[in-house]
Amino acid sequence: MAECVECGADVALHDDLEVGEIIDCTTCGAELEVTDTNPPVLQKAPELEEDWGE
Amino acid sequence: MADESLSASVVGGSGFTGGELLRLIDAHSGLEIQQATSRSYDGKSVGSVHPNLRGTDLRFSDPEDLESVDVLFTATPHGVSMEQVDTFREVADTVVDLSADFRLDSEAQYDEWYDGHSRPELLDEAEYALPEINRENLAGADLIASGGCNATATILGLYPLFEHGVLSGSEQVVVDVKVGSSEGGAGGGEASSHPERSGVVRPYAPKGHRHEAEIEQFLGTSVSFTCHAVDMTRGASATCHVFPDGPVSKGDLWGAYRETYEDEPFMRMAAGGSGVYRYPEPKAVAGTNYGEVGFELDPSNKRVVVFSAIDNMMKGSAGQAVHAANVALGFEETAGLEFQGLHPVGAP
Repeated sequence: MAECVECGADVALHDDLEVGEIIDCTTCGAELEVTDTNPPVLQKAPELEEDWGE
Repeated sequence: MADESLSASVVGGSGFTGGELLRLIDAHSGLEIQQATSRSYDGKSVGSVHPNLRGTDLRFSDPEDLESVDVLFTATPHGVSMEQVDTFREVADTVVDLSADFRLDSEAQYDEWYDGHSRPELLDEAEYALPEINRENLAGADLIASGGCNATATILGLYPLFEHGVLSGSEQVVVDVKVGSSEGGAGGGEASSHPERSGVVRPYAPKGHRHEAEIEQFLGTSVSFTCHAVDMTRGASATCHVFPDGPVSKGDLWGAYRETYEDEPFMRMAAGGSGVYRYPEPKAVAGTNYGEVGFELDPSNKRVVVFSAIDNMMKGSAGQAVHAANVALGFEETAGLEFQGLHPVGAP
């Protein structure tokens, strides 16, 4: 279990977590990058921006 | 918890929300449909009006022939239930009304927002149906008022901000709701005909919408409220612009929304995350009792923009009514309401 850096909710993690893996928070939907596995550390993954008003 | 099936009838069963009630009762493990009344379609099969219910044996009956029943859902035009409430309560132990007749607290509010009230002494007895804000008063309630669709969308979106002190009530709140055509009911009118209604983004209530009364009652503040009719059949999507007096962080907002809704069975949060649907979307909740809420922080002008999406006939009416009945009668809250929607799906 780790904490989502976006919304603060608990994020369930699977056992064979790998650094660089992208997972999404089931509460807020944020994409999170695994930056360490022992203990697990999550950071917000860069996202593709969209702007349909351009 | 109720351990045996209860009988349920629907007054006004031929309307859109009446049809939704019949669909939900059909799927409910604890409710057994007894009657669906319709003066216009007396004797016709329910499936002849609601094609999604074809195959059921139920036929509409005359409202004058209302039989005793455990739970009565009344999907009548505003003003009817207050006139017939004695009859409804004589035949049913629990009455859940989908009109506006018992939503507000006082006769003065009905004088201001509607055309007065003929049974104001019952307003104290009635409980507002939205469990997310009134669950503690619903258990055992026998007169329940299902909330207005636009009010429900707005209240669900803004409620966490008031509950957690992000807003105090002194700030300006601007609400813009986009609604589908089913809000106008099955009767329709010139403005609802397909050539006139399709493709519009029509401001139909720029100010003074009656649902402002409910919003004010439950949030404790007035809002600047505008409704647009847009090209959907189902759905209400509220965009609320608020300007908190003090500094607010995204963490504050997530804390408020998570603490308010994390344990709610029918609330989902979507606030920028990932994927195609990053904010609340009526398509994602069409046909379901789910409500979606989300927000974005706009520090450049000290604004928080809040989004909320519901199906107006479900979370905004029939689904809310069944949810409230489940709480009142001791059923599992999710009974009959488990449907999670469709994806992908076209215009809802």
